[in-house]
Amino acid sequence: MKARAFAYARPRTLDDAHAAFAAAEGDASYISGGQSLVPALAMRLQAPQVLVDLAGIEALRGVRLEGDWLRIGALTRHADALTDPLIRAHAPLLSAAAPFVAHPAIRNRGTLGGSVALADPASEFPAMMLAMGAEMEIFGPEGLRRVPADDYFQDLYQTAIVPGEILVALHVPVVGPRRCWAFDELARRRGDYAMVGGGILAERDGGRIGALRIAFFSVGPTPMRARAAEAVLTGRVPDADAIADAQRALDADIDPLDDEEVPAPMRRHLARVLLGRLVRKLEIA
Amino acid sequence: MNMMASGLVPLNLTVNGAPVGRMVAPRTTLADFLRTELELTATHVGCEMGACGACLVLLDGAPVHSCLVFAVQLEGAQVETVEGLVARGAIAGLQSAFHERNALQCGFCTPGMLVNAHALLERGGVPDRAEIRDALSGNYCRCTGYEAIVDAIEAAARAAQGSGR
Amino acid sequence: MNAPAAFDRPRHTADAPAPGVHVGRPLPRPNAKRLLAGRGAYVTDLKLPRMLHAAFLRSPFAHARITRIDVEAARAAPGVALVATGEDLARLCAPWVGTLDHFKGMKSPPQMPLPLDRVTWCGQAVVAIVAESRAAAEDAAELVEVDYEELPVLADLDTALAADAPRIAPDFSDNICFRSVVETGDVDAVFASAAHVVDAQMTFGRHTGVTLEPRALIADYDASEHSLTVHHGTQTPFQFQDLYARHYGIPESRVRVIAPDVGGSFGVKLHVYNEDMAVIGLSMLAGRPVKFVADRLEAFVSDIHARDHRVKARAALDADGRLLAIQAEDETGIGSFSTYPRTSAVEGNQVIRLIGAPYRMEAYRGDLKVVFQNKTQTSQYRAVGHPIACAVTEHLMDRAAARIGLDPFAIRARNLIPDDAYPCESATGYKFEKLSHEGCLAKLRTLMDYDRLRADQAALRPRGIHRGIGIAAFVEITNPSPAFYGIGGARISAQDGAVVKITPSGEVRCLISVTEQGQGTETIIGQIVADYLGVSRDIVRVITGDTQVTPHGGATWACRGAGIGGETALQAAKKLKANVLAVASAILQARPEALDLVDGQVVDKAGGAVRISLAEVARITYFRSDTLPPGTDAQLTVAHHYAPRGYPFAFTNGVHGCHVEVDAETGLVKILKHFVVEDCGRVINPLLVEEQVRGGVVQGLGAAFFEECRYSDTGQLVNGSLADYLVPMSCEMPDIVIDHMETPTRDTELGAKGCGEAGTAAASAAALNAVNDALAPFDALLTQIPMTPARILRALGTF
Repeated sequence: MKARAFAYARPRTLDDAHAAFAAAEGDASYISGGQSLVPALAMRLQAPQVLVDLAGIEALRGVRLEGDWLRIGALTRHADALTDPLIRAHAPLLSAAAPFVAHPAIRNRGTLGGSVALADPASEFPAMMLAMGAEMEIFGPEGLRRVPADDYFQDLYQTAIVPGEILVALHVPVVGPRRCWAFDELARRRGDYAMVGGGILAERDGGRIGALRIAFFSVGPTPMRARAAEAVLTGRVPDADAIADAQRALDADIDPLDDEEVPAPMRRHLARVLLGRLVRKLEIA
Repeated sequence: MNMMASGLVPLNLTVNGAPVGRMVAPRTTLADFLRTELELTATHVGCEMGACGACLVLLDGAPVHSCLVFAVQLEGAQVETVEGLVARGAIAGLQSAFHERNALQCGFCTPGMLVNAHALLERGGVPDRAEIRDALSGNYCRCTGYEAIVDAIEAAARAAQGSGR
Repeated sequence: MNAPAAFDRPRHTADAPAPGVHVGRPLPRPNAKRLLAGRGAYVTDLKLPRMLHAAFLRSPFAHARITRIDVEAARAAPGVALVATGEDLARLCAPWVGTLDHFKGMKSPPQMPLPLDRVTWCGQAVVAIVAESRAAAEDAAELVEVDYEELPVLADLDTALAADAPRIAPDFSDNICFRSVVETGDVDAVFASAAHVVDAQMTFGRHTGVTLEPRALIADYDASEHSLTVHHGTQTPFQFQDLYARHYGIPESRVRVIAPDVGGSFGVKLHVYNEDMAVIGLSMLAGRPVKFVADRLEAFVSDIHARDHRVKARAALDADGRLLAIQAEDETGIGSFSTYPRTSAVEGNQVIRLIGAPYRMEAYRGDLKVVFQNKTQTSQYRAVGHPIACAVTEHLMDRAAARIGLDPFAIRARNLIPDDAYPCESATGYKFEKLSHEGCLAKLRTLMDYDRLRADQAALRPRGIHRGIGIAAFVEITNPSPAFYGIGGARISAQDGAVVKITPSGEVRCLISVTEQGQGTETIIGQIVADYLGVSRDIVRVITGDTQVTPHGGATWACRGAGIGGETALQAAKKLKANVLAVASAILQARPEALDLVDGQVVDKAGGAVRISLAEVARITYFRSDTLPPGTDAQLTVAHHYAPRGYPFAFTNGVHGCHVEVDAETGLVKILKHFVVEDCGRVINPLLVEEQVRGGVVQGLGAAFFEECRYSDTGQLVNGSLADYLVPMSCEMPDIVIDHMETPTRDTELGAKGCGEAGTAAASAAALNAVNDALAPFDALLTQIPMTPARILRALGTF
């Protein structure tokens, strides 16, 4: 299990990175944390001619407030989601999700940008981008652009990023004082990909649920927003009836794959169970 | 910009406190670099995909899977392996607690366990058993059943606390 | 029930010898310090001068004809030393067949290191590439071209058993490797008249050993001496010395197998694997050392798998809940051939002989079918057959208890073989010297605080918290005699040998044939030698794992290290002590009977006055033998061999309790705690026994909840990586509480039996019963392991 030989480039700027990628005529991969890419290379499921290491590009680093948005550089590590005070204060769903992301050593190396760029439909962070209404900042031939999460995830491992483009930063709307949130997942073992997982970011509205966003993962080819469930819950007191109504509505929101370990009907069931648990966790009062 | 041809690439980093300079093939993982190039064989390879934790080393002070990093990515980095931790006496308490409690059998997972346990204890305080189990959640041990390892880490944390470390 | 008599029995009864200076004490392992210092030396770590690395191109099909192999591009690739096909190796290596003579009617196709014209499982090695590095070998493997013509696949039991099924080997009349029936009493009559009959159809998933260090070996053939040295991560170096010698035509005396530190084995590393056999030939062809380390993906498709049983069973009981008879049909799917040299039939054979073993009954019938499939071979893995037999038996007992309205403890107490009934024979013909089921059961009840757990369970139900308690009694096979393999024609030794010597400085070396994979073999041998010789264990050095150094022996499998290896060491130590005292008596002009050796000093037996140190005896013997009285025969090195001669097996026993909480909404199970009371005879080192049991329990719980090799209907292993095959990890595993009974065997002076399988034997059975207990109010029943969330939710009718 040894990767096929490749050349290695460590550019200092986005332009140089893009140039290195282009020079390989597309037969290149960017690497940031590498926690998903390296196993794929080791198993020779991917075998690029050139590996372009993004670690030297300063523009991809740092976490800072920019007005009402929190800018999280793509190279920010998973572990930082647990410890960074700005993330904890302004993107608490990321902090809530982080302990469920693989294992401590993976979190020390994996990057938030890498996870969101890969867009594994079973991963926590991409789905939380949806739940938070984040925007992805992407560097391409025309320079930088921002893509809202709702438009970013397109299909299985397909995002708004065109090959050669680079995810630069995640922009998260900062959480206001009336926000509450919940994250949970159902996994066979600690750190495994979840059978089903999800997060909710909601506004409190005098004992009722105000505007909210719900996102699930492991329920379809992409992270998925539960818009029908959101519509049901908006304006409701989070009681058993509201939960039951939302659970019924959820069926229309998700499109689970069928596999032997977690058949699609089971995943639908688990998603309903999890939705109930998430709503009950919300501190609406 | 530093664009390399597909041959060997110069690499300079610090391993166990000493500077190391080598020419490496870009596809060489840190685990293979340590084991074959530097003959630091305490770092074990159990899955080559970040699932077993046998290959953990400290990279700039934090545990990472050395099978999930290419050596060339580590220009200027600080790497510490179990050999280094042992040599500078950093894990003497853990070694002793693991020995007393027989928290290892075949010993193949042990270096990864020690690296992770060391990082956990460096945070200070005495973690509870659930925290210890969580910290070890990515470290596979086929022999012990984990309880003895949890016991040993707990004991080492208490001992370190008691000695005012 | 006469359990109360044994209820509060102290651990060290009249039966059990008091602890010695070392034996019976929880002493840590001296050799663990080296591993903790990062100084382990595993085969994977080893590098020899001029060493090459092997990689294998593997079959993508479960069953196919090989129509063309083109290796030219691979041969020309950078760094490649040689590329070998089945034909190349067939010229060097004699084929093998995995049958045993005493398994009547058994059949299996002959095997070669690499196939000549047909692949029979997905992942089978087809072409070997040897290169300067593993990476270069893998690069070249991508250049090998193989054309296949796909053949029909035997992907499951039913396909393989169908009358019109394609045959696994062209000349076979069916796909049955082995068939066996055990019968006692008039089973049909007992069932016809029984007050209660319960039945079950149970399925046991295929799983695998997943040793953390994968299989690894370095073969170093030296043509100048026609000699072979193999550094091999194995439990059984002598077995491989014999096999390599015979199949490659090298005199046994010129084959040396060295097993250094071994990163886990559990039965995985004592079988012949095609790649491993090939590596010997590759070294002969290359004239250089060749290393092969199975990577994790290769391990999943080539390490033995285990279990994969489907059992239909029923039990007959009288109106009072007394067990009258069990009938069981076991069908087990092995691979496309039977494993060599231990076969793939032993597990099933032990299943049908261990069912019902803890209990009295008058009639029994067990019917075994061992069936070929186009899958990876199955064979002996920790607790061979035990978990299946135990789960079938204990599931039936719980079903019967529920039917009759008895508590699970009560029905077991009513039916276990009483502790005063020994010696006796099981309904399947096993001869039991002495077991302690009743004592263990009573201890377990106290240990787990059973009544409180039941009260908690009832109190939590209304809150939607569903806890379950499961118990499972087991009998474990340890210390097999030559009647196990030797009788079947396999050159697998049932005896072990030790050489114990006093060194010139008065220290002790013990070279012994049993081997170490971390379970503590060297430690317990050191404890035994120290006590029976009369020295501190600090001066005893135990050396294992090298056929050129230690006497020949069976080594470590089937829980024989302590019972057989330990007795060997004990007798050798006693012999050496007599020799030391004889020399000392000559030096001191005293009667040897008046002397003793205590803590390295020769003392007066009466009074204990020190007369001369062992070091001084050694100095005189080695350097000043001229000063010894004429005729003194100073033999400070002795050899001793020992094989069991009494009971064919030293059976042990015990009982597990498992406490779980089932999330009935999600099918996820939290294992709250696990309890074991076990009786492995004389405990040499309680610290090590308990860790053997804990590790074993976790392997059983892995099987119960997580581990399963899943195959597609085209025979592809679909979860063959550590990301997809779920092994038990720290967060999911519980703390495990252990207590002991000690019933030594009288067959040996040491009295030790074995403890390596005790944890695995009954853990999954107890877990199954616990989950079913938790789900009882839902009228849901699981009869399949692993108990995945999907299976639990299906049993609950959720989807």
